[in-house]
Amino acid sequence: MRAHRAPRRRKDRRLTSLRLLQRDWRAGELRVLAAALVIAVASVTTVGFFADRVSQALVRDAHQLLGADLVLVADHPWSGKVPKLVRDSGVRRAEAVNFISMALRGEQNQLAGVKAVTENYPLRGRLRMASALGAPDAAAERGPAPGTVWIEERMVTALGAPVGSTLQLGKSELRVAAILTLEPERTANFFNIAPRLLMNLADVPQTGLVQTGSRVSYYLYAAGDAQQIETLQKSIRPELGRGERLDTLESGRPEIRAAIERAQRFLSLTALLAAVLAGVAVALGTRRFVERHLDGCAVMRCLGATQSRLLQLHAGEFLLLGMASCAIGALIGYGAQSAIGAALADLIRAELPRPTPWPALQGFLVGLVLLLGFALPPLLQLKDVPALRVIRRESGAPRGGALAAYALGFAFLAGLLVWQAGDLKLGTYVVGGFAAAVLVFFAAAWVVLNALSRLRIRSLRYGLANLRRHARGNAVQVASLALGLTAVLLLTFTRNDLVEAWRRAAPPDAPNRFLIGVQRDQLDAVKRFLATHGLREADLYPMVRGRVVAVNGQPVNEAQYTEERARRLVEREFNLSYMAAMPSHNTLAAGRWTADGLSVEDGIAQRLGWKLGDQLTFNVGGETFTAPITSLRRVRWDSMKVNFFVIAPPAVLQKMPTSYISAFRVAPGGEAALNQLAAQFPNLTLVDIGAALKQAQDVADQLIAAVQFIFLFALGAGLLVLYSALVATEDERRREAAVMRVYGASRAQVAGAQRVEFLAMGLTAGVLATIGAAVIGQLLARRVFELDLAPSLALLVAGPIAGVVLLSLNAWLSSRKVLHASPALTLRESA
Amino acid sequence: MKSGTSDLVILRDIDLDVTPGEALAVVGASGSGKSTLLALLAGLDTPTAGSVRLDGHDLYALDEDQRAELRGRSLGFVFQSFQLLPALTALENVMLPLELAERADAEDLARAMLGRVGLGERLHHYPKHLSGGEQQRVALARAFVVRPKLLLADEPTGSLDAQSGNAVIALLFELNREYGTTLVLVTHDEALAARCARTVRLVGGRIAA
Repeated sequence: MRAHRAPRRRKDRRLTSLRLLQRDWRAGELRVLAAALVIAVASVTTVGFFADRVSQALVRDAHQLLGADLVLVADHPWSGKVPKLVRDSGVRRAEAVNFISMALRGEQNQLAGVKAVTENYPLRGRLRMASALGAPDAAAERGPAPGTVWIEERMVTALGAPVGSTLQLGKSELRVAAILTLEPERTANFFNIAPRLLMNLADVPQTGLVQTGSRVSYYLYAAGDAQQIETLQKSIRPELGRGERLDTLESGRPEIRAAIERAQRFLSLTALLAAVLAGVAVALGTRRFVERHLDGCAVMRCLGATQSRLLQLHAGEFLLLGMASCAIGALIGYGAQSAIGAALADLIRAELPRPTPWPALQGFLVGLVLLLGFALPPLLQLKDVPALRVIRRESGAPRGGALAAYALGFAFLAGLLVWQAGDLKLGTYVVGGFAAAVLVFFAAAWVVLNALSRLRIRSLRYGLANLRRHARGNAVQVASLALGLTAVLLLTFTRNDLVEAWRRAAPPDAPNRFLIGVQRDQLDAVKRFLATHGLREADLYPMVRGRVVAVNGQPVNEAQYTEERARRLVEREFNLSYMAAMPSHNTLAAGRWTADGLSVEDGIAQRLGWKLGDQLTFNVGGETFTAPITSLRRVRWDSMKVNFFVIAPPAVLQKMPTSYISAFRVAPGGEAALNQLAAQFPNLTLVDIGAALKQAQDVADQLIAAVQFIFLFALGAGLLVLYSALVATEDERRREAAVMRVYGASRAQVAGAQRVEFLAMGLTAGVLATIGAAVIGQLLARRVFELDLAPSLALLVAGPIAGVVLLSLNAWLSSRKVLHASPALTLRESA
Repeated sequence: MKSGTSDLVILRDIDLDVTPGEALAVVGASGSGKSTLLALLAGLDTPTAGSVRLDGHDLYALDEDQRAELRGRSLGFVFQSFQLLPALTALENVMLPLELAERADAEDLARAMLGRVGLGERLHHYPKHLSGGEQQRVALARAFVVRPKLLLADEPTGSLDAQSGNAVIALLFELNREYGTTLVLVTHDEALAARCARTVRLVGGRIAA
């Protein structure tokens, strides 16, 4: 008999944990909890999977990412010590120059990203080319021969230039010899607007394209054994001057990596936010679960369940729930990441490898840590509930939200998230910022609610008394609400503001073409051309490229600035101009326009810490000049007109190498004149701003589409926190209302008291959340996106209103439940 | 049986024998110690002095978990506030003690028992959808379904109107006779107490009669 019973026993025990889960699930007790876990795991795995694919692609392409072992880049031709060091080191060498220019074929013109290389390029990896559009491609032994170009498919289509045809580049006619399908530095195309045109370096002088005012990058490539490269690198580093840079595999194309890393960091940040919010929802949800199950557990103790059995049952129940939620979350994450990959396919030109299963494992870990860290502490209270509670309800009341109990869970989660973010600083910021926000919200809620409860307003005295009595619980609730609401506001209002700031459209009559690179001897001819073709408003501004070398006699270098944009500004060459009068589309912000001083755009002055009266020293093509800042100008960059950071007195710059730039508007149908202009002056570059803007907008749209999923996850988590915070005290309020009714309070009085309490809480939460969202929004705009974000009036109005409306709605819903239930029934249920 | 705390003696000089199959009522005013006595009999609370013997076993020589197992095997409970689990249907509430005892036939027994108390049609209703009288009948089914040796009832009609209270009490005694269960019923209702074979009156923690 016993032998028969044993196996059945085991089966039943397993069944009971599962049964418990089924029953609680059906009763709706676990849905918030499960949703929180699913969201946390989904958001973490989405980003994990995506990051995994990108990093796999980077590793895969690393060997050919640079096209060499070492790359030197300068914004001026290499001369002096560095090329000599390279020559003398015995490594293999190649050279290239990069610039943007117009390629023409008949009536068609297209902006091309020109790369002119020596025939032995690349030193590492291979170029791949095809003999015709759609034909299979093959690795190429050498780069393009002199007189020929290889062009990307996009360009073949735009120009109607198949293999075998010729196209015009500057003053040269070049034959299209192949379709370029892959180049080692292709990831450089990450955000490249112009399609690639690859040509031979020897052909560049004949084109006449490299001249005053053209923006050209000069590359030196080196490849050799590890020892040679290391020695060379060491000897070159101290010799690098301004505008010169060294890339190695380790530093690996910093600008690309920075772009991808920024995107990933942004995704991680949002995923972290979702995960931490989910943690709060799990904690709140479990607390409610425990409160509702204390009586049940006491009954089960009465009916013979031991402590260990209770713990086992509920731990089993939560574990099952956790595993199921994690699995669903991981599946959603897998789906979402492929959607992100697809949304970004045009941006990431490389094929992304399939993800490994590791991110799913990470997701499971996050889910289980959330569960253990935030659900276990309250859950443990269930096993300790005394059976006596069935007779004496006051025994074994749940202990208050012991923060200490969550400390371990929070520490685990923090560690895991920092690891997941793969970035100690970011992870610490998010987790620390979040912890700080919780504390600040709690403290602020406590102070405000206490202050409100001390008001002496007779008609509100019941409500205010409620506030005082529930001070602690209400502060927790307001803090949670504020947290959830902050997330929601951030993801709706602030996000829209950021997106709008990003894609702020130009006025409809703004210029839509830039004309760049007009030489001094072409000036009159170009002016005449423009005038005869009805482009009279096209002013031609002189442009001189120069670098700031000293401020008030002190040498300037990028190390003096911490902000990335400031560093870039100082590092690169400025476009300077000179003119007698201030451009009519600029306004004076400070100082006076003078004939002997510099006029500086006020934004850049602020960014670089320049003031009126500072003496700036510029180096223009080897010559330096110094002048004081005598005025600051305000410039509307989105006017699309020609604008300059620094305008110098004509007397100073007139003698310097000058090219001319113009911006004008071409009405639809006027493009024929442009083709004529391009044909007549082949060295000029015409930039279609409309197309460039549209491209930039497409990039923005794609990025937004890609991060949308993650936004949704974080939004969902925020809403869950809101919901759990709202229902957290529902049971208690219902009991209190019943007691008040028993003692003769009318429905109106009970409802009124609750309304006052909820109104105060909603307003507090709403205001806190608004402040939180506004502060975080500004931080994000300035630190992450480098945008100027005007304070949003809509947010300031909507935040507090959202808080009040949410809690009023809740008050209304719960008071309907409370007031329409018979007090006897309510009290008996909770006796 | 003696019990109490050093500061406040709730029960003292209690010497009570309950014989198998007997129906005993414990009556007394509020605060007379009725509920404490019931808790001690059930092994839910621990006395500072004295002992409770159930079937010859000293209840307080066992630890809390062993007492829980003993409760599961031998005791049934009916409470004033029903103490049904709100997330469980009527059927599941009755199955609960059987499941805890790992009985494979839990569902069949529970169905039969609910049929016996007249709720065969309401198996899948949640407590909140049942009337007070119906809830207490579910509680009775839950208490009797394990065939307890001893049934402890704490003011079983306290939350009910007179009519459904009477119906529940009638059912309670019927089942008690049917299963030959020993009954200890705590109440302040003298009429109810009179239906038991013996009545013990508590006054200030002592047996008065």
